[in-house]
Amino acid sequence: MLSKRQDQHTWRKIKSALVSAGTFLSALLVIAPLGLVFFHLLVNGASSINWDFFTQLPKPVGALGGGMVNAIVGTLELLALASIIGVPIGVLGGVYLAEYGSARGNSMLRFIADVLNGVPSITWGVVVYGLVVLRFKGFSAYAGGLALGLIMIPLILRTTEEVILLVPNGHREAALALGIARWKTIVHVVMKTASKGIITGILIALARIGGETAPLLFTAFGNRFWNHDLSQPIAALPLQIFTYAISPYDDWHRQAWAGALVLVIGIFCVNVLVRILTRERAPSTA
Amino acid sequence: MPARMAPPSRFGDKAFEWLTLGMALVVILLVFLIGWQLARGSSAAIQKFGFRFLTTSTWDPVAEQFGALPFIYGTLVSSLIALLIAMPLSIGTAVYLTELAPRWIRQPLISLIEMLAAIPSVILGLWGIFVMIPWLRNYPFPLLKRFFGWTPFFTGPIYGTSMLAGGIIIAIMILPIITSVSREILRSVPNLQREAAYALGATRWEVTRIAVLSYAKKGLFGAVILGLGRALGETMAVTMVIGNTPQIAASLFKPGYTLASVIANEFTEATTDVYLQALFEIGLVLFGVTILVNLLAQLLLRTMTRTSTTRAVQ
Repeated sequence: MLSKRQDQHTWRKIKSALVSAGTFLSALLVIAPLGLVFFHLLVNGASSINWDFFTQLPKPVGALGGGMVNAIVGTLELLALASIIGVPIGVLGGVYLAEYGSARGNSMLRFIADVLNGVPSITWGVVVYGLVVLRFKGFSAYAGGLALGLIMIPLILRTTEEVILLVPNGHREAALALGIARWKTIVHVVMKTASKGIITGILIALARIGGETAPLLFTAFGNRFWNHDLSQPIAALPLQIFTYAISPYDDWHRQAWAGALVLVIGIFCVNVLVRILTRERAPSTA
Repeated sequence: MPARMAPPSRFGDKAFEWLTLGMALVVILLVFLIGWQLARGSSAAIQKFGFRFLTTSTWDPVAEQFGALPFIYGTLVSSLIALLIAMPLSIGTAVYLTELAPRWIRQPLISLIEMLAAIPSVILGLWGIFVMIPWLRNYPFPLLKRFFGWTPFFTGPIYGTSMLAGGIIIAIMILPIITSVSREILRSVPNLQREAAYALGATRWEVTRIAVLSYAKKGLFGAVILGLGRALGETMAVTMVIGNTPQIAASLFKPGYTLASVIANEFTEATTDVYLQALFEIGLVLFGVTILVNLLAQLLLRTMTRTSTTRAVQ
């Protein structure tokens, strides 16, 4: 009797250990793709990154070499355009959710923002195509920037709200007690206190949309040359990677790997910056 | 003296409140804008094809016959494959991270998963074309064929680009989000639950199963549904590995096509109005489905996580 019980006990312990090992294994499998993608990016991309890559325009088919400088600059221009739309709307909307409104209405808005975050990015491309490209008869940097900017709105809205809620009430009360108007309190005291967090949220959103390709396919469209006019098609790094990746030319494949490596390094740099900013804000969570 | 001072103007306060309210309302506006634009863009196609659009499978731009069934099928099957792979892995990882892992390992692991989430879809697709597909074609696919070739799912020639490859790449894309949301859910399980189970002499796994997982069931389901929402709309990586052939085939080795990838591939090629309208309608279908799935996910998650309704200032 006793031994049977002991057997059972051992079996339960073994089972527990097995499941623990299983969960550990699944964790390894989850991060494995990250390691593999990184490894191959370095192996295939590093050799094609050179001075030309950052200074030259793409060469025509058949000519070796060339670079992606127009795509890198194009992506930065698109991010700037997107920020003009996404940042003010997202930040001020987040302020509203944190500072004003009724609990019920705000929870509704939060809910809609979360649902909006789940809308496939290609949908934004289609919508902006209908809104801008069809209307103004042409692909343009403006259209691409708008598509990316709209994606930014719910992202920034939610992060801004969260960091503003972290500002202690004492700050607001102190400012209000001095007779400062509510809106000035919010702008100069609350938002200033939360500024690092707000900037972090904006950076996260930029890192996210910087790699977006789908919404740019038929808005920004891509361009093999410099864009001198924002109402004309513009190149973007992710678009260029896509075009090169599905092309049949080996040299273009090499360029695609190089472009991918540059894009990933850019995105990770922003993420590291974010981590540094958040660490300073809340050292206790580290 | 102070009593004589004019009361401060409330105009600034009101204006600021209205301004921020306007910006917050933009999110509602955006939902309607998407719906309206997609419906407007596809109105003629909806009238012309009606319900047949969803149930027929001829996609012939030249004859102007458009049936979206193969794309709907491809989207559902690839997402289902992705969920089957991603669900156990991400929930297992979430359990490992919250219940079992030594403390020092948790933060680095979480950071790595966040980095995986940060990899753009197009780069994963690039890796998929040049690394994953050749590997799948040479090793796992022949094995699958050898051992499961008797089922209809693993028959026929192996090209590499296939429904299965599409499902696998989507799985990689949704692993991080399901993992991090599941982790949040598991973290919100009160410690009292665990302590009570431990006090009854349960082993670690038993505590996790009885006290944690069953408590968090609904939330974990929400996390998986959220992952499904992302899977349905995944575009670039899938487009690059799924083969882009509109067909309905039982074998997962055969190429497929999804709603999102047909838009990505054919939108700029749409030469006729009806063609463009049909693609808009595909966008509408995709939007409708993802909105519903996301609504369900948020409702499930809402009951679990404490979204801070505590207001900063009352």
